Amino acid sequence: MSAQAADVHAGSVEAALRSLPVRAARLRDGTLAMGWAELRKLRHDHLDIFTRSVQPLLWLFIFGTALRHNQALAGGSSDYRAYLAPGVMAQAALFVAIFFGLGVIWERDVGQLQRLLATPLPRLGIVLGKATGATIRALAQAVVLLAVIAVTGISIRWSVQGVVGAVVLLLLGTAAFACLSMILASLVRTRERFMGIGQLVVMPIFFASSALYPLALMPAWLRAVAHANPLTYEVHGMRQLLLGISTGGTLWVDFAVAIVFLVAMAVIAAKTYPRAIL
Amino acid sequence: MTALARVEELERVVEVEALVVRFGEVEAVAGISFEVGAGEVFGLLGPNGAGKTTTIRVLTTLLRPAEGSAFVAGHDVVRDGLAVRQSIGYVPQAISIDGALTAHENLEFYGRATGVPRRDRRERIEEAVEAMQLASFLDRLGRTLSGGMLRRLEIATALLKQPVVLFLDEPTVGLDPTARRLVWERLELLREEAGTTVLVTTHQMEEAERQCDRIAVMDRGRIATLGTPLELRSRHGVAALEDVFTEVTGGRLEEGGSFRDVRASRRRSRRLG
Repeated sequence: MSAQAADVHAGSVEAALRSLPVRAARLRDGTLAMGWAELRKLRHDHLDIFTRSVQPLLWLFIFGTALRHNQALAGGSSDYRAYLAPGVMAQAALFVAIFFGLGVIWERDVGQLQRLLATPLPRLGIVLGKATGATIRALAQAVVLLAVIAVTGISIRWSVQGVVGAVVLLLLGTAAFACLSMILASLVRTRERFMGIGQLVVMPIFFASSALYPLALMPAWLRAVAHANPLTYEVHGMRQLLLGISTGGTLWVDFAVAIVFLVAMAVIAAKTYPRAIL
Repeated sequence: MTALARVEELERVVEVEALVVRFGEVEAVAGISFEVGAGEVFGLLGPNGAGKTTTIRVLTTLLRPAEGSAFVAGHDVVRDGLAVRQSIGYVPQAISIDGALTAHENLEFYGRATGVPRRDRRERIEEAVEAMQLASFLDRLGRTLSGGMLRRLEIATALLKQPVVLFLDEPTVGLDPTARRLVWERLELLREEAGTTVLVTTHQMEEAERQCDRIAVMDRGRIATLGTPLELRSRHGVAALEDVFTEVTGGRLEEGGSFRDVRASRRRSRRLG
């Protein structure tokens, strides 16, 4: 075969692999493969879910109980614990997601990342698959929390539509924050530094949102920050779906923010992820 | 024509021409050229920091070269990266097995990740298990396996796609002699039975002499000498390949390898231990 013919053939193979239907199928298969691996890992370490569920339960039953009858904090609900529940659910998922990037640094150090990047898996598929791992953990935590809320009689609206909608919003937010974590992980060299940056990022996201208290209680500057914080929209939507409480804004805006945030973070993470090996 | 049939027509499966890779001011690979023929076992030797791993990273599309060109299985590593990744198997220096999955799950995952069709996956996994003798530890978690088991499992995961070229970066580093011998025995069989082209980097001179058809000794980003083990010994007028290595690298103390490399290498040795 002549060099020119070989070149044309090589180009056509690449072109076929990059056609839209093939790319879509590869993205689907890649995400499923990564998600499958994350699910299997969780099966080998299911205790992880229960240990991670302790912290949000402490928030709900110690912090929430201490301020249970504070009407200003309860934002229209009769029990602050009910108001707090969606915020704590989102907070627990946020903590899982934001430290998910630690795994990227570990994978780089042990060689898994180089190996993954040399497979035909699409970068976006790797990122979305990894984010699926975070959402699976968030989902398991949410199920534990909802079960405890049901058993302890904390008053939320138990409609199928509301619970499913809130969980979907929670998973979208978790996936987006997991992608943000992967972006951070691809920019730092060591696990120690990542932990420091993770703390630096997670605390403002958590406290400058409506997870713990209504936006109305915040000074104007902090409210402006909270309005730029995707967690605020996630919690707002979940509260609307689980409690029927709204502090302005509509549900579709909450979903739109979550989707746009996820798409943006996933696309950026897919670009920065390979940098982690350099 | 299928990709594999086309590759069988290729005489040279890897073609590298005037390849340059720079990290800032440092020229890690300084204009190397070589070719690897179909079915050949080609060894890249050299001290730490010679540019072996960087070269492999370019050939596996993990790094973009600053200058020059490289083709793998007839595909340009820069322009047709995806087609290259479809054609290769790669086992990096560090342990790439997921310790939180069992050996079988690792095989299943890489079968999926490399796009092995579902209908063929079980059969391919069985073949790889047989080829690398993994049956006795398929249900054990990766983190509980010995060094030799891990390396064999890694090579097995890289074979599922039936790659045109297998890139092995220091496949026997940190292994005891028995585990090393077993890994090489399996690779020899693979080559005899499937005719897989292998590009391997190693520090082990005796292994390179025994296993490689041709060897390139790299030093400071350049290929210092290249040929069959016999050619190299006779060209440099020495009795052993180790003496060729000492002669072309100047026998100086190794300078390459950053703190991170050394730490990773020691951690790897502990894990393989």
